[in-house]
Amino acid sequence: MLQKFKQLLSYLGEYKKYAILTPLVMVGEAAMEILIPFLMARMLTYGVKAQNTEYTVKIGIIMIVASIFSLACGALGGRFSAKAGIGFGKNIRAKLFERVQDFSFANVDRYSTASLVTRLTTDVTNVQNTFMMCTRMLVRSPSMLIGAFIMAITINAKMAVVFAVVIPILAIALGLIASNAHPRFTKMLERYDKMNAALQENLIAIRVVKAFVRERHEIDKFEASADEVRKTQVAAEKIVLLNAPVMQLCMYGCILAILWFGGRMSILGTFDIGELSGFISYIGQILMSLMMITMIFISLIISMASVRRICEVLDETVDISDDHADPTLTLADGSVVFRNVSFSYNKDSENPNLEEIDLTIRSGETIGIIGGTGSAKSTLVQLIPRLYDVTEGSVLVGGHDVRDYKLNVLRDQVAMVLQKNVLFSGTIRENLLWGNPNATEEQIVEACKAAQAHDFIMSFPHGYDTELGQGGTNVSGGQKQRLCIARALLKKPKIMILDDSTSAVDTATDSKIRDALQQYHSDITTIIIAQRISSVAEADRILVMDEGKCNAFDTHENLLRENAIYREVYESQQKGAE
Amino acid sequence: MARMVGSKGPQNFARGKKPQNMGKTIVRLFSYFSEFRWLLLLIAVFIFVSTLAQVVGTSFLQVIVDDYLEPMFAEYQAGGVSSLWDMELMTGFVHTLLMMAGIYISGAVSTYVYSRLLLKVSTSTLFKIRQQMFSHMERLPIRYFDTHTHGELMSHYTNDVDTLREMLSNTLSQLLVGAVTIIGTFIMMVRYSWLLTLLVIAFLCVQMFIAAMLAGRSGKFFKEQQQAIGAVNGYIEEMIEGQKVVKVFCHEDETKEGFAKRNERLCHAATEANAFSNMLMPVMGNLAHICYAVTAMAGGVMGIHGVLTLGSLISFLEYSRNFSRPFAQVSQLFGTILSALAGAERIFAMLDEAPEVDDGYVTLVNARQLPDGSIEETAERTGFWAWKHPHKDGTLTYTPVKGNVEFDHVVFGYTPEKVVLNDVSLYANDGEKIAFVGSTGAGKTTITNLINRFYDVPDGKIRYDGININKIKKDDLRRSLAMVLQDTHLFTGTVKENIRYGRLDATDEEIVAAAKRANAHYFITHLPKGYDTMLTADGTNLSQGQRQLLAIARAAIADPPVLILDEATSSIDTRTEALIEKGMDQLMEGRTVFVIAHRLSTIRNAQAIMVLEKGEIIERGNHDALIAQKGKYYQLYTGMFELS
Repeated sequence: MLQKFKQLLSYLGEYKKYAILTPLVMVGEAAMEILIPFLMARMLTYGVKAQNTEYTVKIGIIMIVASIFSLACGALGGRFSAKAGIGFGKNIRAKLFERVQDFSFANVDRYSTASLVTRLTTDVTNVQNTFMMCTRMLVRSPSMLIGAFIMAITINAKMAVVFAVVIPILAIALGLIASNAHPRFTKMLERYDKMNAALQENLIAIRVVKAFVRERHEIDKFEASADEVRKTQVAAEKIVLLNAPVMQLCMYGCILAILWFGGRMSILGTFDIGELSGFISYIGQILMSLMMITMIFISLIISMASVRRICEVLDETVDISDDHADPTLTLADGSVVFRNVSFSYNKDSENPNLEEIDLTIRSGETIGIIGGTGSAKSTLVQLIPRLYDVTEGSVLVGGHDVRDYKLNVLRDQVAMVLQKNVLFSGTIRENLLWGNPNATEEQIVEACKAAQAHDFIMSFPHGYDTELGQGGTNVSGGQKQRLCIARALLKKPKIMILDDSTSAVDTATDSKIRDALQQYHSDITTIIIAQRISSVAEADRILVMDEGKCNAFDTHENLLRENAIYREVYESQQKGAE
Repeated sequence: MARMVGSKGPQNFARGKKPQNMGKTIVRLFSYFSEFRWLLLLIAVFIFVSTLAQVVGTSFLQVIVDDYLEPMFAEYQAGGVSSLWDMELMTGFVHTLLMMAGIYISGAVSTYVYSRLLLKVSTSTLFKIRQQMFSHMERLPIRYFDTHTHGELMSHYTNDVDTLREMLSNTLSQLLVGAVTIIGTFIMMVRYSWLLTLLVIAFLCVQMFIAAMLAGRSGKFFKEQQQAIGAVNGYIEEMIEGQKVVKVFCHEDETKEGFAKRNERLCHAATEANAFSNMLMPVMGNLAHICYAVTAMAGGVMGIHGVLTLGSLISFLEYSRNFSRPFAQVSQLFGTILSALAGAERIFAMLDEAPEVDDGYVTLVNARQLPDGSIEETAERTGFWAWKHPHKDGTLTYTPVKGNVEFDHVVFGYTPEKVVLNDVSLYANDGEKIAFVGSTGAGKTTITNLINRFYDVPDGKIRYDGININKIKKDDLRRSLAMVLQDTHLFTGTVKENIRYGRLDATDEEIVAAAKRANAHYFITHLPKGYDTMLTADGTNLSQGQRQLLAIARAAIADPPVLILDEATSSIDTRTEALIEKGMDQLMEGRTVFVIAHRLSTIRNAQAIMVLEKGEIIERGNHDALIAQKGKYYQLYTGMFELS
């Protein structure tokens, strides 16, 4: 765990100086704060009691100067710690984000979107805030504790024994409270999360609840979990609330002990009454520092979970790299060859998702792929732009193994429209430019016309400058798919892969898109995954996938005649449209 | 440590909107405490004792120094005393210390007692509020859920309740502690020296002024920080959501650049905001030190001139040191109180939302048909249902539940400006299958939402077995219908529990039977723990098709006379599709069924197909008639139009 902290600390970068300066000025502040009771004791003894006005004023002025110095240190500490903490947070966030950008598809699959987002937002904020507190307190509080203790000894070593007794007692008590409370709080947070999860579930499914008249049932369920939260909260907090009385008892005990022992000594003349007030101030300083130290400790423990989650992302090994690729290599043509390819998402899995695939697709061909869910259609095509690496065998594009190309060279030439596609906030034009940042207006319109998107874009009041909401929420499913196709077309790729990209588009438009694709770039290799036979029937050849294996690869007519699966799918879809 | 969830870091600082109607909110909030009246009084007493113990304890310093230590020192130095215990004052000194100890111990005990009692009050109150919120929310009409996002509703339960919790368990007690400390300390200080007290107060004014200035500066930057956080988090969410697209387009560098820009802006605003708020405490503390030094100097001079005894000076200095601390806290406390009240206001606004209207008096009962044809109500489940119709003259009539549904010139819109259904009339005889076809927004789902009264119709009538549905008790109306929705929502729990959701008293055998009828039994038995397999949130460990089958089983076990099926559009493979179709077909037998069809092949055997467009029925008839008509249905059927 310590290593993880260290690893994160290496991201301090240019903010390192502030992370070092902060504790320094904070120690300066603490030193002044420790000095003040000492000065006070001297003032009372040698000034007030000795009736020396000049001395009293002199010490008073020294105290004021010390406080001003302390104020300056404290203010600087506040500023420096903000610079260090926030800067640290910024760097971690940037590192994480860049890391995620470098992730391969397999890496992305390992985390859910929500979990990645939490790591980048909440977890970073937690670490940042804890760090900010630590820069200010982690050095200051122990120095304060030690400094005040030393000063107490300087005033009167015998009486300082009181601290030697009380400090361990308080430390043990606070430690016990913290260690007992921690698991209880963990449990409480669990219950709390559970309650919120149930709540969210209820909100999402509110129509089901109402349709089945299950309001009462849901209320009972919620009440039970809210009661669990209440109980665990009481169980956890009743431990923590011991903190204040324990602290008070120790503090009061110290005061009484000092009044008793100090009082007796002062009567005997071995201790000066004026120094009593100094001693009492040190009690406060010492015990408060101790309290602070336990608090720091607790927040460090809490932030540990965040640190672990952040490091998990940072330590994730990216399994696709093009370090050994030939930077000069470009795609000669759009041919694709699968040579004895096996693939599984889970390396330890016994059943590979793809098995013994041998295929040759000639440049310029149009290929359809058909198969049920789980037959690994998407998996197969994702190997072409090297979104995943094969487990066995090799995939050759344009005559070379995909692993020999630089990733951006390969992916620029292999355009893929994903099944779960996303548009980004911004205008339609901005989204389209993702395909080619330098595209001219004509090229954009041309691509949109081919994707049958131009007409509906022009029907919007702002045309190509229409703002899309996050995730493209203000266009329909079919429109979104067509925009995604246009975006991919703008790349002018050698290979175009459509992964079930027209499922929400009607058959007439679907066929228009396919025709346009042919004209748009006749030597483009097109691979179309579809549910509808009509989407692939005109392809040069159709690949029938079945449970990770290539079942058949032939023309529509031949497949209808010879392939059972193909015929079954065809017939089920023809039921209506005779 | 006591924080509930997530990061309650500085970004929540600027979040609290000002409460609109503070007085009313406070009164209402206090009504929750009425059952704890006496306990609260007791808490106040203990807070008082605990705080006072601290204040009074300090004044003993003066007594001990002036009345015992100084005279005893003088006596001892004068000689002739062999032991401390020989001195008369010694017993008094011991007694004073014992009294102090007594006061201190009662103070510490009071601290424990009040915090423990407060914990009980605050947790019970929060429980009560959560419970009330939830049970009220469950009774709100669907329209409320349409107009409020999940995030918004969730934040009432998390953020708003959380700020309330903070106020109940910490802020209010701290406020009382602060007030007692301030007043007690002030009285004590004036007793020792009004002149020095004036000095302390003058300093306090300076401190408050500087604090207000710092808070003002940081407030401005906190607002900026809030916006920057929104921008960064939004960007993170969007880009991670679209991570795969970013990769496919090799857009990583541009994305990193866009992120760096937003991250930098956040860093700037956050640094400024936190710098000022970090400075607040040390500045306040050290100003207090300056005040302490000045007071000490002035007090010292006064002491030398005999205006002030040494003991008084020591006590006064102790008091002055603690005087400014509660002031510094109070401004923060008011901030928390304001945001808690704003939160309470939002919670109360939700509690004040009008629940679903239900004036229905016709109820659904189990019944038995007697040999003479009349109907008798039964307590047990007979599988035969009747509408129990009470009349004004006290008589009852029973009519069998058949499942006739009639729409009579229904006009409806979700908002008054936009009519979704325009003058729709239709009739479904019992046992008939009625299908609705049309593109998104045509009003298909709306029709089914009106049958089970998710929404009320402003114009026109809907009759169910001849009874106006407004006269049927809402719960009974819904019990007589089962819905299979497009988005199959399942709940965390076992497969068995999810099916049982359709009928809570169903036995395990009935559940298996229902699953078999829905064609779900086969896949369930192949799950790791069969019917006892736990489903995670919204059934993500099942495929879309399997979830659909479970939803069908859930409707099957409810065994209602009328079924509403909203078919799934998502791309389910043909084999699962065939399974689902079979499951649905078996479920539909002998019932009145409303189908919202996406796959036209499944509705060919419907008695009536309604083609909807822009809220109006533009074509109706059976499949063959509509095909022959060569209208919209024909176009849809032959795939010439988009169905999304």
